[in-house]
Amino acid sequence: MDAFFNNLLFGYYPYIAGTVFLFGSLVRFDMSQYTWKTNSSQIVDSGPRFRLANNLFHIGVLFLFFGHLVGLLTPHSWEQALGITPGLHQIVAMTSGGIFGACAAIGGALLIHRRLTNPRVRAQSSQMDIPILIILFIQLLLGLATIPFSAQHLDGSEMMLLSIWAQRIVTFRPDAAAFVATVPWVFKIHLFLGLTIFLLFPFTRLVHIWSAPIWYLGRRFQIVRARGA
Amino acid sequence: MRVRAQIGMVLNLDKCIGCHTCSITCKNVWTSREGVEYAWFNNVETKPGIGYPKDWENQDRWKGGWKRGQDGEIQPRQGGKWRILANIFANPNLPQIDEYYEPFNFDYQRLHNAPESRAQPTAKPYSALTGKPMDKIEWGPNWEEILGGEFAKRAQDYNFREVEKEIYGQFEHTFMMYLPRLCEHCLNPTCVASCPSGAIYKREEDGIVLIDQDKCRGWRMCISGCPYKKIYYNWQSGKSEKCIFCYPRIEAGQPTVCSETCVGRIRYLGVLLYDADRIKQAASVADERDLYRAQLDLFLDPEDPAVIAQARADGVHQSWLDAARRSPVYKMAIEWKVAFPLHPEYRTLPMVWYVPPLSSISAAVDQGQIGFDGVIPDVASLRIPVKYVANLLTAGDEKPVIEAMRRMFAMRIYRRRQTVDGVTDTSALEQVGLSQAQVDEMYKVMAIADYEDRFVIPTNHRELSTDDAYGQRSGCGFSFGDGCNTSGVNPTNLFGSKNPQRRKFPIPVKVVPKQTQAQK
Repeated sequence: MDAFFNNLLFGYYPYIAGTVFLFGSLVRFDMSQYTWKTNSSQIVDSGPRFRLANNLFHIGVLFLFFGHLVGLLTPHSWEQALGITPGLHQIVAMTSGGIFGACAAIGGALLIHRRLTNPRVRAQSSQMDIPILIILFIQLLLGLATIPFSAQHLDGSEMMLLSIWAQRIVTFRPDAAAFVATVPWVFKIHLFLGLTIFLLFPFTRLVHIWSAPIWYLGRRFQIVRARGA
Repeated sequence: MRVRAQIGMVLNLDKCIGCHTCSITCKNVWTSREGVEYAWFNNVETKPGIGYPKDWENQDRWKGGWKRGQDGEIQPRQGGKWRILANIFANPNLPQIDEYYEPFNFDYQRLHNAPESRAQPTAKPYSALTGKPMDKIEWGPNWEEILGGEFAKRAQDYNFREVEKEIYGQFEHTFMMYLPRLCEHCLNPTCVASCPSGAIYKREEDGIVLIDQDKCRGWRMCISGCPYKKIYYNWQSGKSEKCIFCYPRIEAGQPTVCSETCVGRIRYLGVLLYDADRIKQAASVADERDLYRAQLDLFLDPEDPAVIAQARADGVHQSWLDAARRSPVYKMAIEWKVAFPLHPEYRTLPMVWYVPPLSSISAAVDQGQIGFDGVIPDVASLRIPVKYVANLLTAGDEKPVIEAMRRMFAMRIYRRRQTVDGVTDTSALEQVGLSQAQVDEMYKVMAIADYEDRFVIPTNHRELSTDDAYGQRSGCGFSFGDGCNTSGVNPTNLFGSKNPQRRKFPIPVKVVPKQTQAQK
């Protein structure tokens, strides 16, 4: 039974979540771009506390996202070629993840407090704004909670298992779930919630991540649209 | 040379009576929706005053408009592209809604259905943001109406710079003006330059600056980029909105709603031709005081055959070239030089121009406070209003403002001699270098201001915008992108828009019979 659930949650669920994430984003972008936005509430409450909290949260989460992306998906042969041992990998992941995770968690806590207690922000919130913020915050806490577990195996063996799982999932190999069957529960919940965030992504304001305006750096200042364009 | 055409606007402040009809009709048509209650695409400010939003002219504080660097290059005052992206999580230059005002509605129903009580019932204000009652309204649209409020606050007006502080008080009794404001539809808009999504654009065919509501992501940089603070964040939809210059009306050859309904007939709409290749050069001149002149130099003479030939080559429709020759905006801004851009020092090259008010000077003449220079009042001797208006319209350069005022006085004196005394006396005209024919036309356009003279708007030829007009039949017209659903949300929308809120009042009141009250 355990194997069944393990396979369901870490073998099949990633594909369900991933499909909804990609297809849902596409459908929303195509059918309902008017709802595709950051949904910023800065206009109704723009104090220094908000600015601090939002910067902490975003910088933290951005680092964590790319940290996970690179850390989990870099092929192990490349790491070996660069001379990065699993132990070193884990130490770097734990410290940087810890620092930026703390940033994001502090920012997230301030943002949750603001969203729940500021009547203007609360009134402006859409139906998914509060749930997704709380889910992200829990995910941050779970991520931080993995650090003591990781500290028990400084050889990086556990992190290798997670990394193998992730790489096997994204390369569509059937036996991925077995690799995370033995990792401690906190990793499993963290994984499950992370996949759930992908699942919910198209239905929340998180879609603005797709629109990170890096193209702005390369464009001219002025835009003139010709007739009919 | 690359010729482009734009519909420009002139507002004759000398005739503005501050009735707010423009603001109200605009609001009723465009911003009477949840999320933009606080937004006035058009508003009328009483000057001197700090305006709406508070202190908007203070760019040291709000960082709107452009800044010229040491190297002669201009970039948005709020920063270059990297700086703008670095501020994207929390824009440090964004005015909070209270800088405009917290929008509210009065519960007037309470006046009808309140139970009998000792005190008069009052209509409480309810916040449109939270739906909760507000204790006290701290600020609102037109808070400074007709110099309302304390002078100390009003004296923060940014246009007072270089005006001696001691005479503020004296100034207060001699000078007041109305300033109707809307989006300037600039040639070099900072909002467009600041938009990380590239959602804001200028239309090639008529120069109207619009926000693509589908592409806007709500990064909020346009709001701080615009030095006139004429972009508003819709807190309900999470998108920025701005004055659309009533483009559906303009396309059909009709004036904007604010212009159409102006009871003082102060607004003019007409075509200006300009050289698009020289915009950047004009916006980058070293001295702020040269910006007005540099912008004037961008405009092309619609009678010049070379201009007409190039305009045709660049795709400007013949009806637009015809309209450009009759344009009241061209006449006032370029030919007679009596209209000026608002705050040219922002380097945005604005396209809504203003004729300065003469009222303060006329009042001083009537009171014998100033003398005459020949037959024309000695405008230059009334320093404060002149300096103030120059700070508003020509980056502080008084000469063009004085010249415009003298021309308008000359027109008045000439016409008065004609109508009252029955004599044609051109001495005033000679003093300001205007011909009789010119002044007769000035009088016709500026004083009589017939509808046909105020609004010379060619239709937009929308039929040229699409290959297949037939394919557009039975379309749903205006909608918010959810198919043909016009409310912006449908009840089964998966993607989490916030449903528009019903107002929480009137609160049902139970009518208590009189006896019960007496028994209490």
